[in-house]
Amino acid sequence: MCGFDGYFGDVRHGRALLERMTAAIAHRGPDEHGVFTAKGIGLGHARLSIVGLGDGQQPMSDQSGTLTIAFNGEIFNYVELREQLRAKGRRFRTSSDTEVILHLYDEMGEDCVSLLNGDFAFAIYDGRRRQLMLARDRMGVRPLFYVRHGGALYFASEVKALLEVPGVEAELDPRALDQIFTLWAPIAPRTAFRDIYELEPASLMIVKDGGATTTRSYWSLTYPDRDAPPRYTDEREAAEQLRALLTEATRLRMRADVPVGSYLSGGLDSSVISALAAPMAPEGLRTFSVTFDSAEHDESAFQNEMAQALGTRHSTVNCGDGDIAAVFPEVIRFTERPILRTAPAPLYKLSGLVRQQGLKVVLTGEGADEVFAGYDIFKESRVRRFCGRQPGSRIRPHLFRKLYPYLPGLQQQSAEYLASFFGAGNVPLDDPLFSHRPRLNGTAATKLFFSAELREQLAGFDAAEELASRLPAAFARWHPLHQAQYLEARFLLPGYILSSQGDRMAMAHGIEGRFPFLDHGLVEFAASLPPEMKLKGLVEKHILREATKDILPRAIGRRTKQPYRAPDSQSFVGRNAADYVEAAMGEQQLRAGGLFDPRAVSKLHQKCSARPTGGFRDNAAFVGILSTQLWLQSFTGARRRQSDAA
Amino acid sequence: MTESIKDSVKAFVIENFLFGDTSQNLADIDSLIENGVIDSTGVLELVAFIEDRYGVTVADADIVPANLDSLDRIAAFIAAKTATKAAA
Repeated sequence: MCGFDGYFGDVRHGRALLERMTAAIAHRGPDEHGVFTAKGIGLGHARLSIVGLGDGQQPMSDQSGTLTIAFNGEIFNYVELREQLRAKGRRFRTSSDTEVILHLYDEMGEDCVSLLNGDFAFAIYDGRRRQLMLARDRMGVRPLFYVRHGGALYFASEVKALLEVPGVEAELDPRALDQIFTLWAPIAPRTAFRDIYELEPASLMIVKDGGATTTRSYWSLTYPDRDAPPRYTDEREAAEQLRALLTEATRLRMRADVPVGSYLSGGLDSSVISALAAPMAPEGLRTFSVTFDSAEHDESAFQNEMAQALGTRHSTVNCGDGDIAAVFPEVIRFTERPILRTAPAPLYKLSGLVRQQGLKVVLTGEGADEVFAGYDIFKESRVRRFCGRQPGSRIRPHLFRKLYPYLPGLQQQSAEYLASFFGAGNVPLDDPLFSHRPRLNGTAATKLFFSAELREQLAGFDAAEELASRLPAAFARWHPLHQAQYLEARFLLPGYILSSQGDRMAMAHGIEGRFPFLDHGLVEFAASLPPEMKLKGLVEKHILREATKDILPRAIGRRTKQPYRAPDSQSFVGRNAADYVEAAMGEQQLRAGGLFDPRAVSKLHQKCSARPTGGFRDNAAFVGILSTQLWLQSFTGARRRQSDAA
Repeated sequence: MTESIKDSVKAFVIENFLFGDTSQNLADIDSLIENGVIDSTGVLELVAFIEDRYGVTVADADIVPANLDSLDRIAAFIAAKTATKAAA
């Protein structure tokens, strides 16, 4: 796991530029760094040594010297691929997975990606064809950004490396901000930075000498047609196959030349992964958790129960008063995009704990909610359809209370209000975004704070419409649950969960996260299962519970999904107030940024200070505005200061 | 009477839920939920405002969109509540 960067095209002082770009992402690979340059090409690499500790240095060239790779991530099936390549007469100089990709590319060209089981982003320069290939893993675990400037293409694992390129300036893309304030994340290839793009998950880009570029998808997440006969009808058989696939996915992800630990949230998913991994850890499994001072967020009782049941060596880091505010500016420097929740901040602290304890790799339960239908939004959508079939029912809307037991504001509402809040009966059943419409509408209410100038720039732009335009033709033929799962797995997972809460928070401390639930074989298997095996009535992840009930304590195996949350606006007001928050939300900085209405923000700040446990809209707006202001300071402000100093 | 109640409710809604933004031109009959003005927490804030400002008690059964989902409905609800209270 590492970070890399590079350019393709004529660039002056290329080596010095690569040194600067690589230094900007040194946190991703603190163990080694390297640079490769040839005419019209440059690659830089910061290495976190996990596989092939002594001989996996990068950028790595093949024996002929015509192919060179810079690679971030892991190829989990590299041992099997290496054996297959050896059987074809290929000889290896190193024990690394990096060299396996090089040989595979030499054999198959760009189609090599189809054989890779892993989390990866890489660049291969092919000197024979004078072309560059960029590729990214199927689910979007590892990031890859690029920008075209002055006739050359520049690319990197994080945007901050691209900002080292002379003439590339950080400027906020207003449409990206609109998407964040509607969908929680920009839709790739768009990023928060105007004119800087992200290679989409499951995509590869071929750039020819001279700049001609083709980008294509090499894999897609797909579901069976709603009316097609189900591939699995026997639940026990499906559960057995799930268990076998998940065990294998975990075994592959325990491969490393360093110890592998596991996050333990206290919920079902990370408990399953830890339980499967524990017998595979030769020196005993180490587990890591965040605890919270506030009882509504804390899950330490379940974490301790699971750690004791597995006999792991368990470490915790607490997130108490002031902790989120203390790290939030750093968190935004790593997310490189505004966010609406503070949830990444505790994960930033958690990866710091893992690093402090001397580990570099952790397994996590991320992905299970997308793959096996764990999120409340799936149940909510089902209840909304149920209510929509009999509008005006006074009984049916009571089911909404079952979905959000942790939201007191909802529990106290009448059936009529519940039906109204969830738009039950108001959203057409054939709306492709039916499942997500209440969330999109509720989130978009945060745009109330946009300044008049920003609203003018955004006139005619509809973030939800752009999302709908990106759906595949087959989407309309899928079951409603699968449509909702696709929206989560294809957009929010790579755009927010794996990015702002995943790669960025882990790599801020040089920690590699691995996600057994996102093994693409397992993802394809889960997609093929009938909806009722995943969401049975209103019981989420039913088949996963069935497949793993013998390895979990009963209380954990039966636990209802508790969404991972952290205190939002209350982290920044009252006794948690910080000077930088006052400044960022103050009139002067808001006017300088030009994005938000200072008068409205001032009222919001006052309201959140008086009532810090307010509703979703106010909390999301507060965190969104603060993080946007910090983003401006971190990227545009820093650049301005650098140019001023020069 | 109802007009002055409506004015003060409108002022509260604009200040507390729209943060001073009058560009939405919220009409008296517009649904507060469908226009994204109010969410589930907001309804409870509105109830607290009515109780504090007008000295009435809002029963759970009264907390329904028919009573509270537009400026017109809120004003009529408060007028009826305060009239009942005065008559008692």
